[in-house]
Amino acid sequence: MKPARFEYRRVATVDEAIEHLSEVGDEAKVLAGGQSLVPLLGFRLARPRMLVDITRVEGLRYMRRDGEALRIGALTVHRAVETMRSSLADGHRILAEAARWVGHYPIRTRGTFGGSIAHADPASEWCMLAVALDAVVTAQGPGGKRDIPAGELFQGFFTTVLAPDELIIEVRFPRVWEHAAIEEFARRKGDFALVAATVALDLEDGRCRDARIVLGGVDEVPLRLLEAERALTGAVCSTPLFEEIGDLASAAISPVSDIHADAEHRRELAAVVVRRALGRAVGGGPDGDSRPVEGSSR
Amino acid sequence: MRLECVVNGEPRDVAGVRESESLLQVLRERMKLPGAKNACEQGECGSCSVFLDGKLVCSCLVLAGQAEGAEIVTIEGLADGDALSPLQEAFIETGAVQCGFCTPGFILAAHDLLQRQPSPSDAEIREALAGNLCRCTGYAKIIEAVRVAADRMTT
Repeated sequence: MKPARFEYRRVATVDEAIEHLSEVGDEAKVLAGGQSLVPLLGFRLARPRMLVDITRVEGLRYMRRDGEALRIGALTVHRAVETMRSSLADGHRILAEAARWVGHYPIRTRGTFGGSIAHADPASEWCMLAVALDAVVTAQGPGGKRDIPAGELFQGFFTTVLAPDELIIEVRFPRVWEHAAIEEFARRKGDFALVAATVALDLEDGRCRDARIVLGGVDEVPLRLLEAERALTGAVCSTPLFEEIGDLASAAISPVSDIHADAEHRRELAAVVVRRALGRAVGGGPDGDSRPVEGSSR
Repeated sequence: MRLECVVNGEPRDVAGVRESESLLQVLRERMKLPGAKNACEQGECGSCSVFLDGKLVCSCLVLAGQAEGAEIVTIEGLADGDALSPLQEAFIETGAVQCGFCTPGFILAAHDLLQRQPSPSDAEIREALAGNLCRCTGYAKIIEAVRVAADRMTT
């Protein structure tokens, strides 16, 4: 199908974009990379009156270290994250790793980090990582900038707390995570994950001091598994423990059944991806075997 | 809307483009370059692949206005006159073309891969072509063609 008619405004600055957005309100859509929005226009699932094309706005394509923090400009494309140099990636390697799961290569050359976050697809790798790693999203509107913790940004399918006249300008990952991993299952590389998991751990002598476990693709928003996190915190990492945590993840979700997978299959996959991600986060093998951790017997 | 861009080295100036048109539509219908194919219109199949300012993109997911001032290379621009590129030659020789619909996309994706990685492993070839669908399912020959072209270009 072809998109319905819309007005097209190519802007050069964030202020210019906000002016248009303020004027047109929720009948306007921001076009960043367009890799999700353009298909939605084609299916007429989105029928905006105006598209505000920010693709050429200067100064929003960057990745910068700021102490431990990694700041990613909203227009940074997925491919740039995938290929970021090691001085940037140090302690944030999971971002480069996760980028390889984002769509196919030609999607990654054009799709943007900020666009993906604003699109708020619950199966999006970036949305899941943002929630798991306590990212802070900076949005700008007519009243200036504000910081929104990623955990408070997503409200439901494709829905955020952003006002119609606000746009994301930066996503900040405030701290390094030495033990973090992403795992997902899709039938074909580049497809949306049936279930995806991100885990991030603070470890001390094989004991978990702090944990984040977030699932993507199983609910309306990236789902933080607080109960599983609590069960992991304070415990000594081991393969049996990771199996238990996987089972908790499975029990914590109520996924849908659809043409791609039924709910039972998704619940089973949740256990598998969580277990594997935990194993990889502590440096173990692909099956979530946590062998390399010292003192792993309980 | 008016669109000015450079396509296969030639400056183009097209008037009367609708804002809602994709770069793919403009290439095919207004510039009469039918090499890039229109299939899924959602970035799943890769048959509309072109280079936009040197980057491999799905032209169905680029709005016409976003191509303003850009340099675009389509499959029509890959050969040097009548001399086919090594990849095009290899696709013919290995029989990597069946119905031919997906071929331009596969060749451009493979071209992009060989620019980044002149001697790719099979896994790298598969990954680079993962965004392209062949409904004749001729993948084995396609991968072979990329291998043949890579060998030829590096020796």
